[in-house]
Amino acid sequence: MMRTIRIGSGAGYSGDRIEPAVELADKGDVQYLVFECLGERTVALAQQARMKNPESGYDPLLEERMRAVLPLCAAKGIKIVTNMGAANPEAAARRTAEIAKSLGLRGLKIAAVLGDDVLDACKAGDLPIMEFEGTIKQLGNRVLSANAYLGAEPMAEALHGGADIVITGRASDPALFLAPMIHAFGWALDDWNLLGQGTVAGHLLECAGQITGGYFADPGYKDVPDLARLGFPIGEVGEDGSLVVTKVAGSGGAVTARTCKEQLLYEVHDPARYLQPDVTADFSQVRIEEIAGGRVRVSGGRGGQRPDTLKVSVGYVDGYIGEGQISYAGPGALARGRLALEIVRERLQLTHVAASELRFDLIGVDSLHGAKLSARASEPYEVRVRVAGRTENLREAIRIGNEVETLYTNGPAGGGGAVKSARDVVAVASVLLPRDQARPQITFVEA
Amino acid sequence: MKLRDIAHSRTGDKGNISNISVIAFDSKHYALLCEQVTAARVKAHFAGVVAGDVVRYELPNIAALNFVMSQALGGGVTRSLALDAHGKSLSSALLDLEIELPSETN
Repeated sequence: MMRTIRIGSGAGYSGDRIEPAVELADKGDVQYLVFECLGERTVALAQQARMKNPESGYDPLLEERMRAVLPLCAAKGIKIVTNMGAANPEAAARRTAEIAKSLGLRGLKIAAVLGDDVLDACKAGDLPIMEFEGTIKQLGNRVLSANAYLGAEPMAEALHGGADIVITGRASDPALFLAPMIHAFGWALDDWNLLGQGTVAGHLLECAGQITGGYFADPGYKDVPDLARLGFPIGEVGEDGSLVVTKVAGSGGAVTARTCKEQLLYEVHDPARYLQPDVTADFSQVRIEEIAGGRVRVSGGRGGQRPDTLKVSVGYVDGYIGEGQISYAGPGALARGRLALEIVRERLQLTHVAASELRFDLIGVDSLHGAKLSARASEPYEVRVRVAGRTENLREAIRIGNEVETLYTNGPAGGGGAVKSARDVVAVASVLLPRDQARPQITFVEA
Repeated sequence: MKLRDIAHSRTGDKGNISNISVIAFDSKHYALLCEQVTAARVKAHFAGVVAGDVVRYELPNIAALNFVMSQALGGGVTRSLALDAHGKSLSSALLDLEIELPSETN
């Protein structure tokens, strides 16, 4: 009989809901629970935190998530794979061991996967940046971090070494799911078609609720039941790569062919060449069919040789953003909102606020899709003025919000609810690094 | 008729690139999508929002198109001044496209 494993997806981003993962551990009959919690620039922010405190730099919700699922996972032997290590997987592993002990759990083996930090190699090579003209050297001391998207191999090796919990930093999101498949089925690391189909599974599952009805509902067109109790997905994977996507019976949401199709193309460019550290996956021939209530079969994922390079996220300091908002309502709200924007525009010039880029929006009118697409809409009852600008320093950023706030006493009638903010920006750019320059390592901690 | 009546859609983001899927509710409308929802038409629809090229990929097995739009997110998700820095709301704008339904496929 063909072997299958069930992998639950317990988080689709760093701030995701906690209880759907508990539900998966409790009622999902899963052998693996994966938490994808690391956004594009999160590593750079975590790196800053680690520089201030060497024992920090991992996901701020690690403790809450681990406390919520560890007792169930330990009791049932469910293995956890997560990128909550962020900029410090070793400290995250040590902290997880402490949490396990404090919960009275013994004998858990926790692996930290290191080696995604490739800042030195990137600086030495002066690699070109993919998104704009320039190189890492040209960013100079603005560069904070460089982390390579590692593949599934070191995570699978950690599982093979007996890890109950695998904690990584930057890794490809689908690889978090591919690792248990490689471990459970002994897939060869050059069986491109299996790795391609496994990547389809990982890609579908990695955003958790986005395949069970989240980011989907459109009342009257695409209705989804019980989104407040949205269940997170389970991938039932066979050793031949066969895949059924489902969720815990009785949980909110729905897994349908439609939710699976939307998620298949989410953040995908050329579907025939989805570049991953483990494989060049081909989604172009994928077939999706509902086979029974709440069960969707996904087949036809393929693959080709993996790229010779790894994608690296480079975090760098990119100045400041200042912002202010204020609202107008009732008859003439739109005209007063427009007047407010004109006043702020003139004030920023008169007072010589040094901004390299400015944006003037009316929330409720044109802030999301611009003037052209918004032109046909009828006049709203209320509008919210928003002005945002990019500056070189914090002082200039603060002045932008101030010029919105002073509309209270100097602007049009009836302006209310002003807020202002100023923040430093950590932006992310990408480079490609020859893969042999990233050297993953595994360390174990016992609880 | 609006595109929204025959198709659904989801937006994804990577850096300064936005991709929008357009998926037929019923595969019988896939040919209509291919014919009327062209890359040029999508680029024109998003004039003023998308500064770069629009490339279309076809997925007949799932009756879907994938539009990849460059220079679409105000310099990139991590540095954009926009309220919706990810461009998550762009799919809804695309579903507002007018579609002419030939009588024989209705």
